[in-house]
Amino acid sequence: MSDATIAITVLWIFLFIYSLLGSVDFGAGFWAMIFGRRSADGDTKAAGLANRFLSPSWKITNTFLVLFVVALVGFFPRATFSLASLLLVPVCLVLILLTLRSAFMVFSYSVHSYDRALRIISGITGLLIPGLLVAVLAVTLGGIVTEAPDGTLALNYGKLLTSPTLYAHLAFGYATELFFSALFLADYAREARDMTTYRTYRRLAVIFGPLSLIAALGVTFTMLPEASWIIARFREQWLWFLLSAAAFGIGYGCLFIKRRGGFIGSTRLAVIFVAVQYALASFAYGRAHLPYIIYPQLTLEAGFTNPAIFRSLLIGYIVSTILLIPVFILFWRLFLKDRRYLEQE
Amino acid sequence: MDPVTMARALFGTSMAFHILFATLGVGLPLMIVFAEIMYWRKKDRDYAVLARRWTKALGILLGVAIPSGTIVGVMLALLWPGFMEIVGQVIAVPFQVEIWAFFFEALFMAIYLYAADRLSSGMRILSVFFVMVGASASAVLITDAQAWMNTPTGFKLVDGQITDVDPWAAVFNPSFFTSAQHVLTTGYMTGAFFIVTSAAVMLLKHRQDEREAAYHRKGLMLGLVIGLVMSLITAMNGHATAQSLHKHNPEKLAAAEGLFQTTTHAPLVIGGIPDPETQTIKYGIEIPGMLSFLAANSFDTEVKGLNEIPREDWPPLFVHTLFNLMVLIGFGLLGLSFAVVMWRAFTRKSPRPFPRWLMHLFVWTGPLSMLGIEIGWIFSCSARQPWTIYRVQRTTDAALKSDSMGTLFLLFVTIYVVLLIMTSLVMRHYFKRHPVSADLIEHAEDANDTKGAFS
Ligand code: HDD
Ligand code: HEM
Ligand code: HEM
Repeated sequence: MSDATIAITVLWIFLFIYSLLGSVDFGAGFWAMIFGRRSADGDTKAAGLANRFLSPSWKITNTFLVLFVVALVGFFPRATFSLASLLLVPVCLVLILLTLRSAFMVFSYSVHSYDRALRIISGITGLLIPGLLVAVLAVTLGGIVTEAPDGTLALNYGKLLTSPTLYAHLAFGYATELFFSALFLADYAREARDMTTYRTYRRLAVIFGPLSLIAALGVTFTMLPEASWIIARFREQWLWFLLSAAAFGIGYGCLFIKRRGGFIGSTRLAVIFVAVQYALASFAYGRAHLPYIIYPQLTLEAGFTNPAIFRSLLIGYIVSTILLIPVFILFWRLFLKDRRYLEQE
Repeated sequence: MDPVTMARALFGTSMAFHILFATLGVGLPLMIVFAEIMYWRKKDRDYAVLARRWTKALGILLGVAIPSGTIVGVMLALLWPGFMEIVGQVIAVPFQVEIWAFFFEALFMAIYLYAADRLSSGMRILSVFFVMVGASASAVLITDAQAWMNTPTGFKLVDGQITDVDPWAAVFNPSFFTSAQHVLTTGYMTGAFFIVTSAAVMLLKHRQDEREAAYHRKGLMLGLVIGLVMSLITAMNGHATAQSLHKHNPEKLAAAEGLFQTTTHAPLVIGGIPDPETQTIKYGIEIPGMLSFLAANSFDTEVKGLNEIPREDWPPLFVHTLFNLMVLIGFGLLGLSFAVVMWRAFTRKSPRPFPRWLMHLFVWTGPLSMLGIEIGWIFSCSARQPWTIYRVQRTTDAALKSDSMGTLFLLFVTIYVVLLIMTSLVMRHYFKRHPVSADLIEHAEDANDTKGAFS
């Protein structure tokens, strides 16, 4: 493996983790909004559970986003000029939404009388952010970027907003976000032994699973002519995509396993298999995408840093990861396993 | 306005906004650690209540500190791609490690906030201690990048290409230790003085309940003592920082002191307005020879003046005023806290409450300290102009030139104003709804319940 490949693999790992955490985080905010507005008892509990997960964890999810950006700039500093000129406006919008969301979420925990309004804002922004992030993927595939004679890149907003591929990407982003978060929260509810909430989220997962699959197909069918290169590349990765589809099938099937005690579905297994599916699919997608960061203007090697920095960055990552793992385990035990936290009212 | 100026305005405003919350994010954890330690040593429950309420305030502030930090972190890459191109090749390491410091802090913060009731008291002190370590580490690491911009080392620039990179020489650049120490102690100092401010505001209210007043006085004294220690270290270390300017960034020192002619026995001029036409400072108070003495501990030291460098490379001259204000605030706060702590120490036998006029002064310590932070940073960043990386990269070469900059500026400023208003409303609202009296009673009734204030 070349140094640049190692670097992009590290980035891919960060992106993968963020896509899981982000799906759950933004999805939970959305469900908290939906269920928080109704008054039925089961719904309030569903909203409460989503919030209980969100309160200690949104900071960590957010840090993964920053980690991804910083790692991107660190490993591929010579890509910053193109990326910045291309993504200035959409990324600034993401930043503003993210700020509103985090701030209002924290405020709503502190001041209960504005609870509802604040939660609606954080729910809606939680839906817009992943949409914008997924739209960036559509941009990297080509056809939407225009290159000026001096080499600076610019987004063709008219073309972006009128192209079906953008909307297919958006639909795909939302469907997977809502699917995975419902699945995760169902499992979280089971851990908390909250059966009504479990049933609510399991039902949502059953609905959104097939939708996410359909949306994924929609993305491949709406690609722009300029992006047809990636379809051809997708075909080369058929084995990975097949495995990913199999993982999805098994994971989705797990939702229907009959268990003792009368409840249906092994959400723990389903979460694991769907995460594996995400990993396989995004790995295959990444492989098909390489060596382009933005097709066809920007490649991996052109943006890469020098060997000395690369090595020190890699060492930095390894050392700090080893230091942090025990803390993450402690965190996991306190918030995702400890009944005293999970079962509180 | 041209795109580069707009980019500078947008970034400077965003940093100035982030630093408000980030500084308290560094300073308050230290205060909470001390409150927890006092509780552990003295077994006085009031200190536990102090820690709880400060933690709640910190929780609200972090709700803005973290997203605003995300903004500046991403903006650094968006607005200064030229700068990041070099950063990525030379000094990427502190940026990377900083993210791990964020994780460290965020994880322990969640543990301290949401799991306090499930932790032993030793573990509680340890987790808030780690929150402080994480916050301080992130401040040190980001300051490292900023120090490197002032004294860039660890690479060679040949025909516009970066070669011979030595990441560790970049990390341990000459101004790293002085800058990092200065930023830490000023952050701690600001945290402490904000505690003084809030206690003083509460103590100034009429109709004081004696029990509550006693509680607030404990917070006040803790803040004053730590504020004193930190402002003392700040002043000493500020002197070292200025000497580092003399060694490594002479034109910055010259601009700070409004010195035009290179000379030995250079005077220190306090206040006044530097006038480039007459090459003097109008209306300033002059102390002969003092600048030479401060720069390297001897009146014979030759201090470089602005005339040594071409006129177009001069930093803006208003930084003289910024520098004076920072030093004035530093010595003002140091003097005030010193006098008060001494007075208290000598009147231990018959403690009397502080007079009201003194309380009114105390109210201003927190905001003044924060003003010092803002001024210090604007000084450091503006007096580096026209360079983004000192003598390596000009600001115009670092910036992204985009026409959307003006709209974005308005958008972000609006968000910052809204958030400032919201944060103060939420703070007021929360602490009105959860008065100290309730916490003190609840605590007397149930010593083991540490959860109430957090949820
Ligand atoms: C409460 C805030 C505060 C106070 C009271 C002081 N400072 Fe400061 N100063 C800062 C807050 C600050 C800062 C915000 O933390 C800066 C900005 C950049 C940096 O590294 O620290 C800074 C920078 C800074 C610099 C520029 C470093 C550079 O650009 O490389 C110098 C020379 C001093 N300080 C010197 C002093 C002196 C002699 C003080 C006398 C007491 C003083 N400061 C008090
Ligand atoms: C000396 C000035 C600064 C200080 C003292 C400071 C300190 C802090 C603190 C205490 C936090 C909260 C951390 C947490 O709880 O996770 C924070 C957040 C953050 N800061 Fe700053 N910061 C400074 C300048 C900067 C600059 C210049 C950048 C950009 C490069 C930056 C980037 C960030 C980011 C990205 C976050 C969010 C981290 C997260 O997602 O948890 N900071 N900062
Ligand atoms: C946290 C407090 C800070 C404040 C209030 C602040 C303020 C400013 C201001 C006002 C400018 C514009 C200067 C001018 O155009 O005259 C600026 C520029 C800049 N600052 Fe800072 N800054 C802070 C910290 C930092 C840190 C920690 C870094 C490094 C990581 C940094 C990096 C930059 C860069 C890259 C520029 C643009 C290039 C330049 O103008 O030199 N700043 N900042």
